[in-house]
Amino acid sequence: MAAKKRTIRTIPQERTPVREQDPAARIHNFDEVNCGYDAAEAKRESSRCLLCPEPLCVKGCPVGIDIPAFIARLGADDVHGAYDVLARSTLLPAVCGRVCPQENQCEGRCKGGEMLEPVAIGRLERFVGDRAIAEGWARRPYIEPTPFKVGIVGSGPSGMSCAADMARAGCEVTVFEAFHLPGGVLRYGIPDFRLPNAVIDAELDGLRRLGVRFECNTLVGRLFTIEQMIGEMGFSAVFIGTGAGYPTMLGIPGDSLNGVLSANELLTRCNLMGAREFPSRDTPMPLGKRVAVVGAGNTAMDALRVSRRLGAEQVTCLYRRSRAECPARAEEVHHAEQEGIVFQWLAAPLEVLGDAQGNVRGVRCQKMELGEPDASGRRRPVPVPGSEYEIEVDQVVYAIGTNANPIIGQTSGLALNKRGYIATDETGATSLAGVWAGGDIVTGAATVIEAMGAGRRAATAMKRWLGLAESQTEAAADTMFGLPRGVHNFVRLRVA
Amino acid sequence: MTQSDTQTNTATGYEIVRREDYSDVTYMLEIRHPLMARAARPGQFVIVMSHPEGERIPLTLADFDAARGTITLVIQAVGKSTREMQQSCQVGTRLYAVAGPMGVPTHLGHAKQVVCVGGGLGVAPIYPQARGYHEAGARVTSILGFRNAPLVFWEDRFRAACDEVLLCTDDGSAGLHGFVSDGLRQVLAAHPDVDQVVAIGPVPMMKACAEVTRPLGIPTTVSLNPIMVDGTGMCGGCRVKIGETVKFACVDGPDFDAHQVDFDDLIVRLRRYRGEEHAAMERFSEHCRMHDMAAGL
Ligand SMILES: Cc1cc2nc3c(=O)[nH]c(=O)nc-3n(C[C@H](O)[C@H](O)[C@H](O)COP(=O)(O)OP(=O)(O)OC[C@H]3O[C@@H](n4cnc5c(N)ncnc54)[C@H](O)[C@@H]3O)c2cc1C
Ligand SMILES: Cc1cc2nc3c(=O)[nH]c(=O)nc-3n(C[C@H](O)[C@H](O)[C@H](O)COP(=O)(O)OP(=O)(O)OC[C@H]3O[C@@H](n4cnc5c(N)ncnc54)[C@H](O)[C@@H]3O)c2cc1C
Ligand code: SF4
Ligand code: SF4
Ligand code: FES
Repeated sequence: MAAKKRTIRTIPQERTPVREQDPAARIHNFDEVNCGYDAAEAKRESSRCLLCPEPLCVKGCPVGIDIPAFIARLGADDVHGAYDVLARSTLLPAVCGRVCPQENQCEGRCKGGEMLEPVAIGRLERFVGDRAIAEGWARRPYIEPTPFKVGIVGSGPSGMSCAADMARAGCEVTVFEAFHLPGGVLRYGIPDFRLPNAVIDAELDGLRRLGVRFECNTLVGRLFTIEQMIGEMGFSAVFIGTGAGYPTMLGIPGDSLNGVLSANELLTRCNLMGAREFPSRDTPMPLGKRVAVVGAGNTAMDALRVSRRLGAEQVTCLYRRSRAECPARAEEVHHAEQEGIVFQWLAAPLEVLGDAQGNVRGVRCQKMELGEPDASGRRRPVPVPGSEYEIEVDQVVYAIGTNANPIIGQTSGLALNKRGYIATDETGATSLAGVWAGGDIVTGAATVIEAMGAGRRAATAMKRWLGLAESQTEAAADTMFGLPRGVHNFVRLRVA
Repeated sequence: MTQSDTQTNTATGYEIVRREDYSDVTYMLEIRHPLMARAARPGQFVIVMSHPEGERIPLTLADFDAARGTITLVIQAVGKSTREMQQSCQVGTRLYAVAGPMGVPTHLGHAKQVVCVGGGLGVAPIYPQARGYHEAGARVTSILGFRNAPLVFWEDRFRAACDEVLLCTDDGSAGLHGFVSDGLRQVLAAHPDVDQVVAIGPVPMMKACAEVTRPLGIPTTVSLNPIMVDGTGMCGGCRVKIGETVKFACVDGPDFDAHQVDFDDLIVRLRRYRGEEHAAMERFSEHCRMHDMAAGL
């Protein structure tokens, strides 16, 4: 296999297409849109990787997955081996393969992508992750127990990954979640047609097999405080991954009309509370016939496509910049367009218009044009004078970002930064000894893989602090510590 | 705190240990939750799901007893979820989810002469505040409003926890004939040194009380009850207008300065799901009818 060197000329030139649910059918269901590769497709796509000796793709991945290594194993029909490579860096390959903004991360840096389409790294990762779930590979490793109790606040990707690492290190881990079900944004935000609940459940089951305990309906800060956790409750270390929450409203006239809601509310009702099955489920769904969604990030795309599936006849995206600046994953924008979503680029809402009953009847907008670059390096949208116009809608969904959730700040002595997020050093350590934080509650809204990376970084620091040192990584284990390959293990070294 | 205290019953649910019915629509549930019984403070609330397909409904902590390890809710059956719970919640059964205590606890400042006004549904939720102010050393007068005498409940509890209790009924069948806002005027006339008023109840009632105290400049707080989903500040569904700013009642409240609250905005927003709520209720009533027929009733 490795004998003949691959070059940009010898590899399959076209990216292996992935089967997708037909747009006309899928706007009537919540089944997954992207059907994923089968084994033959994955093998073909894996042969497009140049196995670069200095792979740039790895630099693009926030957790530095050894991408050529896992792809090489796939090419050698060793899916299990590919999984082992992935498992060294990521807890959730089936999730990240689906939801990472690959075009800005790994695939955006792929060497093959300079001349051809980049290797479909995300799809390959998902293929391996799905196989692992289907065949139950996340086996329970040998874990030597330690006397340490670790508490994790929030069950999103950052909390899940920190929990996994600490459980593997032999700690007794409890995850506290405010909602009645764990998973964070993966559960309440990202809809089933992008990330099926079955995938989240499988990943959570994997954690339970590691011995992680989940305590739901537990609002930390109010039921007990962070200080109580490290004090009277006896946790040796605590990780806070409570996410960004607190949606922003536009602050324009008409914000509080009925029919104006945040994307978080729409998505939570639909995904977590099952409101799309109302009235067989008790939570009602705000349902518009003509819906406008303000914003163009991942949250906006989800709100647009959920509205479409709930039966809205006309769904419009209002975004004040142009398509080039749109922060959503490329695949989501593409899928939304296929599903008949109307995009009004360079359009800023000025006012939500209401009728006599206080219900939304429309939005008054203004055309924008792109001016000089702003602090974010993107060209600043400036209003075009005299370009105001109205569109008729009966529901307006804001997906324009979130602020820090205040609860932990209100109830603990933790130092916060100016914007209200928890202040940490680069390892995630907070101002309280024994307490780490990571994910959106530290960085503001970011990505699943970044949150996961933060959880793992904090776990590494926690282990050091508790005097548990990790035996390098699994790959190094067979040579360095003589442990059999495939056994996730940690050799503990007392750090004086 | 012991290890078993941190178990929050995710797997097993939350046991109902006592139930009392105060009328054909008002019922009390006492629920075992030792950790919450210890953490709860006046002014806070919980979110309850009675079963996994249920709705998350916010309910004020009407009482909590750390020694007994229980919390108490008083619920008015107004729609699908609260009526269904009226049927299904019996002693020994379990609620699927109880999360909290949510909201910022009432700030029991240094007030010396306090009036607590509870109307209908608001009588139970104001109880912890009345008791809290009293324990903090204030002289407390409670004004309790009901439609008629048979609906009166917890008068004894208030008498035990307050210095003075004034009962009002809409039809005059018990206590003062009139609304609680009339009672409030009367009490304020008798006690010119009142330095804090708290009002909890239906929105028009809280609005009326705010108008009574506004010209007198007496600090007044109300507990707002917008529609909620998560109760953790994540959905923005509970936003309320306080002066010129937008606040989320679940994490910034639910107590707010009555003189700053935009009550009309709240009234409009509470109507938001009326159509859907009606549909759910119809379906539920139909279901009950079928059930009764099947049972030969
Ligand atoms: C609709 C939507 C779509 C997105 N799409 C993508 C995408 O396609 N790709 C991508 O990479 N990223 C996406 N993101 C962003 C990504 O989901 C987040 O960056 C990531 O989930 C953050 O993880 P986290 O662990 O920090 O917190 P979260 O996932 O937010 O989880 C936090 C958890 O903590 C719980 N919690 C909060 N406060 C408390 C408390 N006091 N006590 C106990 N529990 C508490 C919450 O209920 C929640 O379950 C999306 C976000 C949204 C909202
Ligand atoms: C912070 C807070 C504390 C509360 N405390 C209590 C309490 O201690 N006891 C109690 O009985 N109720 C309380 N409520 C109100 C309670 O949550 C609602 O009555 C309940 O959600 C109704 O659910 P349902 O399905 O039975 O009725 P629905 O079918 O949802 O509604 C039936 C009727 O009730 C009205 N309604 C719906 N939601 C609310 C609401 N949030 N507030 C007021 N009216 C509403 C509707 O407009 C409709 O007219 C509180 C609400 C909040 C936000
Ligand atoms: S985790 Fe995300 S960024 Fe990293 S390789 Fe996988 S898909 Fe790419
Ligand atoms: S940069 Fe592209 S071609 Fe090179 S190793 Fe990474 S995925 Fe393969
Ligand atoms: S109930 Fe969702 S933010 Fe308050």
